[in-house]
Amino acid sequence: MGVVYFTGLALLVLIGFFFGRARALAVGHTENLHSRPGYHGGFVVISVLLPVLALFALGVPFAQYVTENQALQAYDPAALDDAFKRSAVLRDIIALANGQFSGQPTEALRRAADTYASLHAWTSYLLLTGGLVFGLLGIAYGLRKLSARFRARNSVERFVKGLLFAAACVAVLTTIGIVASVLLETIRFFERVSPIDFLFGLHWSPQTAIRADQEGSSGSFGIVPLVTGTLLITFIAMFIAGPIGLFAAIYMAEYATPRFRAFAKPLLEILAGIPTVVLGFFAALTLAPLIRSLGETLGLNVASESALAAGIVMGMMIIPFVSSLSDDIINAVPQSLRDGSYGMGATKSETIKKVVLPAAFGGIVSALMLAMSRAVGETMIVVMAAGLAGNLTFNPFEAVTTFTVQIKTILVGDQEFDSAKTLSAFALGFVLFFFTLTLNVIALQVVKRYREQYD
Amino acid sequence: MNTMLKMDSPAAPAEAPTLGNGIKVVARDVNVYYGEKRALFDVSLDIPERSVTALIGPSGCGKSTFLRCLNRMNDTIPIARVTGRIEIDGRDIHDPDLDVVQLRANVGMVFQKPNPFPKSIYENVAYGPRIHGFANSKADLDGVVESSLRRAGLFEEVKDRLADSGTGLSGGQQQRLCIARAIAVSPEIILMDEPCSALDPIATAKIEELMDELRQNYTIIIVTHSMQQAARVSQQTAFFHLGILVEDGPTQEIFTNPTDKRTQDYITGRFG
Ligand SMILES: Nc1ncnc2c1ncn2[C@@H]1O[C@H](COP(=O)(O)OP(=O)(O)OP(=O)(O)O)[C@@H](O)[C@H]1O
Ligand SMILES: [Mg+2]
Repeated sequence: MGVVYFTGLALLVLIGFFFGRARALAVGHTENLHSRPGYHGGFVVISVLLPVLALFALGVPFAQYVTENQALQAYDPAALDDAFKRSAVLRDIIALANGQFSGQPTEALRRAADTYASLHAWTSYLLLTGGLVFGLLGIAYGLRKLSARFRARNSVERFVKGLLFAAACVAVLTTIGIVASVLLETIRFFERVSPIDFLFGLHWSPQTAIRADQEGSSGSFGIVPLVTGTLLITFIAMFIAGPIGLFAAIYMAEYATPRFRAFAKPLLEILAGIPTVVLGFFAALTLAPLIRSLGETLGLNVASESALAAGIVMGMMIIPFVSSLSDDIINAVPQSLRDGSYGMGATKSETIKKVVLPAAFGGIVSALMLAMSRAVGETMIVVMAAGLAGNLTFNPFEAVTTFTVQIKTILVGDQEFDSAKTLSAFALGFVLFFFTLTLNVIALQVVKRYREQYD
Repeated sequence: MNTMLKMDSPAAPAEAPTLGNGIKVVARDVNVYYGEKRALFDVSLDIPERSVTALIGPSGCGKSTFLRCLNRMNDTIPIARVTGRIEIDGRDIHDPDLDVVQLRANVGMVFQKPNPFPKSIYENVAYGPRIHGFANSKADLDGVVESSLRRAGLFEEVKDRLADSGTGLSGGQQQRLCIARAIAVSPEIILMDEPCSALDPIATAKIEELMDELRQNYTIIIVTHSMQQAARVSQQTAFFHLGILVEDGPTQEIFTNPTDKRTQDYITGRFG
């Protein structure tokens, strides 16, 4: 049905466009058109599209709803009110109607399936005919509106604007939807665990018992160790990626010969393209043991999974991120500023330090912040290299754990869905989201303040 | 006054007697190539001290290219190659012993499009003195900034907002800021590449007035597309065509009595 409907729609649209344009061309011979013929065609297309799409968007769910209700009515009116039973019965009815039911259907089920099938066919025809009628009416309406003075261009502009607005709305609504759903679960979590304990508790061990009478049934949910773990690893990563990425970008943008650039840029992009799992086992299997044995020769006690290993590899992961963003930003600094500085007798590094970098400062800060929110949100490397132990420590040689690791650990495996443990994952997700949001807001603020100062 | 080029150049004329008529810049057989493309053909030109020399000619004839040779800004273009001899105060500027940083401090440049740094007005002017370590104290620096802005005819307009961004000024003010920035390091030569092309007549008049004043102390070389401007501000004029220096001499003569047919055609507006 959908395929036929949209093929028909495409045909109607084409017909509408050509009729509209032909009509406008014909009119244009005798009078001056306000809009070019293409816009008239476009207007007819819109007058077809809008009603036909609206009919589909409203008609299909409505038809579905009526069909299902009638079928259930025919089966057992009691099933209508019970959401659980309703979906189970519906599954059978639809399977039978499609001839995929295995087993011996009851008389009532057969009746229901017949109702379903006939109503389904009926509503489909109705919708198709309706679509055709709407489409033809749309063409008629569009053509009727056409005249030399008609401002088709303005109508088309309005439609385009509306379309873009709708796209923007979808993006915003998606964000709101995701945040709301996480928030909802978070609130449910806070019904079980107090927010004070959650935010300021020093101990993280979310093991709750499966049955109420088991030992240790109330895990502890203090996120401070996770905060320190996340910050520690992020800090190490930024400590590595910040300078290296930035200096690499400066070299690439200001010093490198075109030949070196042509060769190094793709290589950096390959580094950016390495899946984080691969980086993760590089961290766990190569780097962590290396750090451990290095530490031992120095007489340090290094855990086999350490924050340092995870942080270093995470830093490697975001180097290309920092460097390619900064590279673009530095390249965007106008050449005339550099010329001005060289013309004053400044050396290359003076020019970079005093003119290029200050001019690029806002952009570089936001690049670093973006890289940092990537680091905070990264999961795979830390899962593999940093361990699971919720140690409250700032020692980079110990194992730590992060928000993302805990969320992943909690949600993997069988869990009772409304246990405090499972719900805590959402609360963690929410805090994490809040954290990256804060980072982004700070970045925006820095950039803005800097702009105000210098633009 | 920065005299580093003078001090160690034996051929430099003595300071006092040549005032206003010594030769500051000597260019001999200068060729410039951009990759395979040759942009200047054996240009030889003498530029007198403490006067304004105008470079004129149709678009693409190599005026900017020649101007950029004089402070070796062509070095910043990877594909550009310069041959020939250029002397300032008798000293070869391509001499490996000569530091290009010092050369550029001595030969300032003002660009066609005003390009103030995205810093405060004060910092824009203080930029050169700072990197060359001219000012020993904050008071020194303040003095240099103020006198440069004054000489550029901008001080009265901006004295209450020295901390504001230089990019917030009007186009004409920005160009005068760039001039102030250039003279803050006390160069002996100032190169100006179409400094008025983005300006309205009033701002242009101000800058022309300024050039007239500056030539008491500086040697100025200006590229311009306006015959009237060349006639108004310059004492010498050099006419370029297709990378060749066709004719040069006192502005009066070039404009009233050109010897070459091409010069005549250009200044009477027959091509260009
Ligand atoms: N960076 C460059 N790379 C390659 N060719 C260049 C470059 N700069 C200038 N050229 C070429 O050199 C020739 C002279 O250019 P130049 O900029 O000196 O002309 P101009 O006389 O200043 O012209 P205009 O009056 O338009 O500024 C032109 O043919 C130009 O195409
Ligand atoms: Mg030019």
